[in-house]
Amino acid sequence: MGSLRTVRVTVDSGSCHGHQMCAIAAPEVFGSDELGYATVLLNGDVPADLENKVRRAEANCPERAIRIVD
Amino acid sequence: MGEQQRPVADLTTDYDIMDPGFIRDPFPAFDEIRESACPIAHTERWGGSWMPTRYEDIVAIAQEHETFTSRGILVMPPVPGAAEGAYGAVAAPPITSDPPDHHWHRRLILPVFSPQSVARFEQGTRDLCNSLIDEFIAKGTADAAGDYAQHIPVRVIATMLGVPLEMEEDFTSWVRGVLEQGMTDPELRQASRMNIIRFFVEQLEDRKQNPRENDLITDLLNAKVEGAAVDDIYVLGVCNLMLVAGVDTTWSAIGSTLWHMAQHPEHRRMLRERPELWPQAVEELLRVYAPVTMARIVDHDVEHQGCPMKAGDRVLMSFPSANRDPRQFERPDEVDFEREHNRHVAFGAGIHRCAGSNLARLELRVALQTWLERIPEFELVDPSSVTWAGGQVRGPRRCMVRFPTVATPA
Repeated sequence: MGSLRTVRVTVDSGSCHGHQMCAIAAPEVFGSDELGYATVLLNGDVPADLENKVRRAEANCPERAIRIVD
Repeated sequence: MGEQQRPVADLTTDYDIMDPGFIRDPFPAFDEIRESACPIAHTERWGGSWMPTRYEDIVAIAQEHETFTSRGILVMPPVPGAAEGAYGAVAAPPITSDPPDHHWHRRLILPVFSPQSVARFEQGTRDLCNSLIDEFIAKGTADAAGDYAQHIPVRVIATMLGVPLEMEEDFTSWVRGVLEQGMTDPELRQASRMNIIRFFVEQLEDRKQNPRENDLITDLLNAKVEGAAVDDIYVLGVCNLMLVAGVDTTWSAIGSTLWHMAQHPEHRRMLRERPELWPQAVEELLRVYAPVTMARIVDHDVEHQGCPMKAGDRVLMSFPSANRDPRQFERPDEVDFEREHNRHVAFGAGIHRCAGSNLARLELRVALQTWLERIPEFELVDPSSVTWAGGQVRGPRRCMVRFPTVATPA
C-alpha cells in the first residue's frame, strides 16, 4: 500500500542557519556542507520508508527551512 | 547597588534575573510572565531590559537581526570605559558582529565547527571523561559539576586553540569572572576580560614568531578576506569568543543533564536499552536544560508587540523560556526522548545561531555516555545542597552524587 510513493524535500538555503536538526533526525536524507549548513542527499527524492524521518526533520527545524512536497 | 535586596513587586514590570530564587529555578517566573497579559516583560533593574518569554516572540526577534542587533550580547550593561584603550574593540565575532562583516566573520570560523570537523575531538573527549571518572569512581561519591562537567569543555577548547592545558584553572576563573561573578561586579568583569585578552595577545605573538601546522590561531592569522589579511583585533575576538562561549555554557549543559539523570532512573534505563535514541535524547535535554540567555540591543525606536522599545534598549533572549512554551511544545516541562516535534532554540536562532553547537552537542553526548557507561546508577546526595549559577548561563555549580562502588571494568 503506497510503497512506491515518494515525497520530495528541499532546504531553503536562505533560512537555514546550520542547526543540524534535520541531519540528526534523518541522517540518510540530510547532510551538511563545509560550513555546516544543511544539504539534501538522495537528489531530494525521499523513499517511502524514510518519509517519517523526513517529516520529523521538518518538525525539528527551528528556522522552518525544510519544504516537503507530496 | 542594592537591587538584590528589594523584593520583586510584579514580574512583568520588575523581574530580577539575579534573584537567588530565579537563579535556582527560573521556570515558574517564565511561566507566570508568559501566561500574563504582558508576555514581554520589562524591568528597570540592572540597567533596564526587556524579556520576551514566548517562543514565537523570541524566534522572531532573533531573526530580525537588523532591528535587534548583537552589538551587546551580555545580559548586563557594559562596563563603563571597557570599549576604550588598545583592546577596547576586541569583541566576540561572529556573535557580536552585524552584517556585512558578520558574513565573513562567520565564514572563517564555521568550517572549524562543522559536524565533520568536530568529529575528530570525539575520542579525545571520551578519554578525558574516562580519566576524570578514574579520579573518583572508587570513592562512591563525586561532584558531578565540579569534579566532572567543569573540566570537560575547557580542556576541549584549550586543545582546539593549541594553548596549554595547565591554564585550565585560569581559563575557568576568567570565564566565570565574565559570565558569573562579574555580572554583578563590573570591575571583576573587566579585569577578567583583560586577562583573557592579554593571554591571547601573547599567543598571537608566539604564533607570529613560531607558526604552527594545523593550528587554529596560526590559520586565523593567515586568513585572507578579499585578498587582505584579517587584523589582530578580529583574531583576538574569535579566541575570546571560543573561551567565553565555549566553556561555561557546555559545562552547564553537562551539569544540568547529569543532575536530571541522577533523578531519573527510567531515563538512564531507556538510553541503556535503546541507544539509538541518543541523538534525539541530547536534543531533548538541550531543550529542557538550555543554559544560555543572550542579549540583543535595539537599533532604533520600535514598537514590538505593543512594547515601546527605544534605541539602545537591551532585550534578554530567554531561550530557556522559549523552550518551555506550551504553545510550541506539548508537556513542555517533561523530558521525552521520543518527542516528535522539537524546534528547540537552545543554540538561538537566525544568523547568530551558536557557531559551536556541533562541538557542544558532541561534548554533551560523550560526557553523558561515558558517565552512564561507568556509573550506570547514581543519585543526588541531597537535592537541597545543589547550587546553581544563572542569569546569563544557567547550570549547577555543585552537585554531589553517590553511587555503588562495585568494581567496574575501565
